[in-house]
Amino acid sequence: MLQYGARRAMSLMVSLLVASLVIFFALEIVPGDPAAYMLGINAEPDTLAALRAELGLDRAAPLRYLDWIGGMMQGDFGISHTYRTPVADMIAERLKVSLPLALYALGLSTLIAFPAGIWAAQRRGSAVDLGVMGVTQLGVAIPNFWFAMLMVLVFAINLRWFSAGGFAGWEAGIGAGLKSLTLPAVALALPQASILTRVMRSALLETLGEDYIRTARAKGLTRGQALRGHALRNAMIPVLTIIGLQFSFLLAGAIIIENVFFLPGLGRLVFQAISARDLIVVESVVMLLVFAVIVVNFAVDMAYAWVDPRLRGQR
Amino acid sequence: MKVLAMTALVGAMTFVAPVAQAKSDLVVGLQLEPPHLDPTSAAAGAIDQVLYANVFEGLTRFGPDGSVNPGLAESWDISDDGRVYTFHLRKGVTFHDGSALDAGDVVFTLDRARAEDSQNAQKALFAGIESVEALDDLTARVTLAQPDGGFLFNMAWGDAVIVAPESIESIKQSPVGTGAFRFKGWVQGDRITLERNPDYWGEAARLDSATFKFISDPTAAFAAVMAEDVQAFPFYPAPENLPQFEADPRFQVLVGSTEGETILAMNNALPPLDNPMVRRAVAHAIDRKAIMEGAMFGLGTAIGTHFAPHHPDYVDLMYLSDYDPELSRQLLAEAGLAEGFTTTLKLPPPSYARRGGEIVAAQLRNVGIETEITNLEWAQWLEEVFRGKDFGLTIVSHTEPMDIGIYARPEYYFQYDSPDFQALNAALSTETDPEKRSELLVQMQTRIAEDHVNAYLFQLAVPTVADARLRGLWADAPTQATDLTGVYWEE
Repeated sequence: MLQYGARRAMSLMVSLLVASLVIFFALEIVPGDPAAYMLGINAEPDTLAALRAELGLDRAAPLRYLDWIGGMMQGDFGISHTYRTPVADMIAERLKVSLPLALYALGLSTLIAFPAGIWAAQRRGSAVDLGVMGVTQLGVAIPNFWFAMLMVLVFAINLRWFSAGGFAGWEAGIGAGLKSLTLPAVALALPQASILTRVMRSALLETLGEDYIRTARAKGLTRGQALRGHALRNAMIPVLTIIGLQFSFLLAGAIIIENVFFLPGLGRLVFQAISARDLIVVESVVMLLVFAVIVVNFAVDMAYAWVDPRLRGQR
Repeated sequence: MKVLAMTALVGAMTFVAPVAQAKSDLVVGLQLEPPHLDPTSAAAGAIDQVLYANVFEGLTRFGPDGSVNPGLAESWDISDDGRVYTFHLRKGVTFHDGSALDAGDVVFTLDRARAEDSQNAQKALFAGIESVEALDDLTARVTLAQPDGGFLFNMAWGDAVIVAPESIESIKQSPVGTGAFRFKGWVQGDRITLERNPDYWGEAARLDSATFKFISDPTAAFAAVMAEDVQAFPFYPAPENLPQFEADPRFQVLVGSTEGETILAMNNALPPLDNPMVRRAVAHAIDRKAIMEGAMFGLGTAIGTHFAPHHPDYVDLMYLSDYDPELSRQLLAEAGLAEGFTTTLKLPPPSYARRGGEIVAAQLRNVGIETEITNLEWAQWLEEVFRGKDFGLTIVSHTEPMDIGIYARPEYYFQYDSPDFQALNAALSTETDPEKRSELLVQMQTRIAEDHVNAYLFQLAVPTVADARLRGLWADAPTQATDLTGVYWEE
């Protein structure tokens, strides 16, 4: 288990290094000058030069890369070009929205998918199974931003149960904070729950066909007992993979939903930073997301080893 | 089935409905968030939209009709040669941190803006200043190198608001001004909150607090107004929704004018557009009405030159570029381009440009001019079109007030180089007699319209959607500001 972990950790470091190089130099190539964006069309050339010098943009790219990487190792992400505040603080502020939102959506998705998937697998071919499959088909097919707008129309504009968007802030209380994340979380969870339900069902059905299940049934377990006691754990590997992918996606990919609900999350920060050419913010957030994805994958790998002892000794 | 289950879940999680709005606060929706909060060191209109007149004030200030009125300067004397302005500051004005406003602050502000390492986005406003000195606590004297008839106007801009040396270090995060509202808080990405300044020198604001909420997506803006999460939305981004708001008794819709001349800019240095006959052909190929209908849902006022139609010195020169595709084809043939030509059309993000661009392209194709459309982000547009001058045609709205002077800069992105015009502009900048100024302005407008420097499309309109009970909002936008000092709720 330790060796397995060490090997995984090694590849994690290499991935991070490669990612940082790609992110930094890809953004260097993109045309657009943050100083020109800030100062607009009437700026004098010497004003632009003064601002570029203050932002450190007059220095060579490799030097700036080293500064950036060096700073990040110590938790210093630099100063935003446009907002002029430490990037680390900005990210921390946005994570207070994005992280709970991703967890909320993932929680909803898992809470729906596990029972629904197990139920459908247990009654394969029944009306229940057909119903679950039909609804999840729809859930995968509906674009989440459209579903989000539909919910805004119903719950915010007509029923007035929720506000149309915005984030109340945790200082307004946990309840108010959660409430403002509810519609976005449901919108994000719908397709995820549908996918997870289908994966859960098919993974279970596959294991239910294995010899050891037949043996378990032969020694007298009911279909349900065999499923819960023997099939479920073996079906977990594909399900965990999907949950890991979904968490990364929810953290990084909520840009559209954040825009629909005008939430001050990471996605919108990146979106604004890209259009303002606030390169240091874009680089740092993308790097952080890469880090999160890699760490989640690492955690999923560890979880595999936990559910499947055979993986622990594997080379 | 699952959707039903979710509905039930959502229903169960509903909390107490929000208490009805107390009628002394206001939530204003804005599409763009300021990058920081210093109006004197960035071009972003969003900074002025939140802070101008509310938090920061200048020596002079714009009225709702664009007139220049006394601000922190109660009055001023101008020397006979027009070069020396002596400003008399109001008594008893304090900044929000408690320090008093004095002439030293004026000296500091103006010297900072015109300094070598200044980051002021409109440094040209201060270029004519030779020296600034404090005569006593409440008197500041500004000496200009040459008389400048536009100086008081320049001092009303958001880029010229008075700031204090004591609070300049932290101005980008916590602005300290003299206005009727003081800055309370900023949740980045979400909202900025202002509260009434109890120590204001003038008539106190009637709102206790004002919150600016940033909603960039037009669909989300619609939802926020419909759900009454915001009670006013200036520069409302989706004109297609306006009829719906107009029909709803809960809302009022104000449509005002701006200083934004929306033009189809042409690269005057790039063949064949360097030929005035070809530019004239482009101008006659454009049907302004169709563009306003198609891109702006009818909002806007057609213009024939680079000048705001609500300005008293505006002259209607649209007859110089009437919609006439036949004439346009004829002009192209005369210029030796009977087969037409191909050029680029580069479009920045606003919908007037993106939607308008498609229509312009179709109208040009009609006379034989093919365009290759490229959509650009602002940063790219600034780099490629504005700085790199790598374009044939582009559509952009010039939102700075009274900016016809840009035509006197041959290096400016459309590269119009006319000694005649430059002479007119030089004469204007030193002319202080109002009548002669008017005359010069008319000549300047006519000059650029006759040279068909650009195709002039329309003056950008500003729609504001607001709660029907709200009073005192500005309909027009003589500068990019949301002046809330006179806003109140009708009982």
